[in-house]
Amino acid sequence: MVRLLSAWRRDLVCRDAVALMTDYLEGALSPRQRARLERHLAGCDGCDEYLRQMRLTIDVLGRVEPEDLPIEARDELVELFLRFQAEGDDGPGA
Amino acid sequence: MPDSDDGDLIGRLRAGDGQAFAELVDRYNASMIRVASAFVPSRAVAEEVVQDTWIGVIKGIGRFEGRSSLKTWIFRILVNRARTTGAREPRSVELDTGDGLGADRFTAGGTWREPPAPWSDDIDDRLSAPEIATRIRETVEQLPDSQRQVVTLRDIEGLSSSEVCAMLGISEGNQRVLLHRARTRVRAMLEQDLGEK
Repeated sequence: MVRLLSAWRRDLVCRDAVALMTDYLEGALSPRQRARLERHLAGCDGCDEYLRQMRLTIDVLGRVEPEDLPIEARDELVELFLRFQAEGDDGPGA
Repeated sequence: MPDSDDGDLIGRLRAGDGQAFAELVDRYNASMIRVASAFVPSRAVAEEVVQDTWIGVIKGIGRFEGRSSLKTWIFRILVNRARTTGAREPRSVELDTGDGLGADRFTAGGTWREPPAPWSDDIDDRLSAPEIATRIRETVEQLPDSQRQVVTLRDIEGLSSSEVCAMLGISEGNQRVLLHRARTRVRAMLEQDLGEK
């Protein structure tokens, strides 16, 4: 019990802080856990920079465009759409 | 979260406007192939899954109720079909399932052995380079299946946590673990690439 309490009270180390960063960014930490992480970040340039890099990583992932591919079946799909619409909800072959 | 221009497009689709459907295909087809590719063994199979999804969209659009965005609705159909189509071939060399941040980055006490070098102020320009997009695609491609699926849907396509958990049938906690590992791996790749220049 004493050990548990002291583990609870001790400050986070960098390894733990890094492991919590996605939970932090996802808003999944309890207020107490969040405060504990933020206390660590305020005093640790390495972890603060790591968090910044994680945010930049997420940002750059969101900017990766899909490969520009010709859509071979586009006209056929549009035709199928028009036929289905014309024939009502039962549609062709339904 | 419905896209702002969904309403107009949905109205035109329901009215049977072929041009609106062509716009829909143009808008999402490439993303759909990217997402399907995260689940199935080859590009050819991914393209089949996407075509099959479009047919599902054609048949189902009259029943779309607008409770999610059009994109989410389409991607739900897509992921369902991709998942039932079958898993990718096991890779000949299975990568380790760690998170790409080796234990050697920390001392026994858990502090940084060497803290991450700060990314410079021109980092945005450097991250916008076309080579970076290529390297990210390669890195995501190499991830274990479940990590690749989660990071593709969440960070690349921008779907919400609850949407992705529902599509994949996983818990929020499990999703965060997979997302954390995938992001960690991509950050490590960027650190290495940016450091080399």
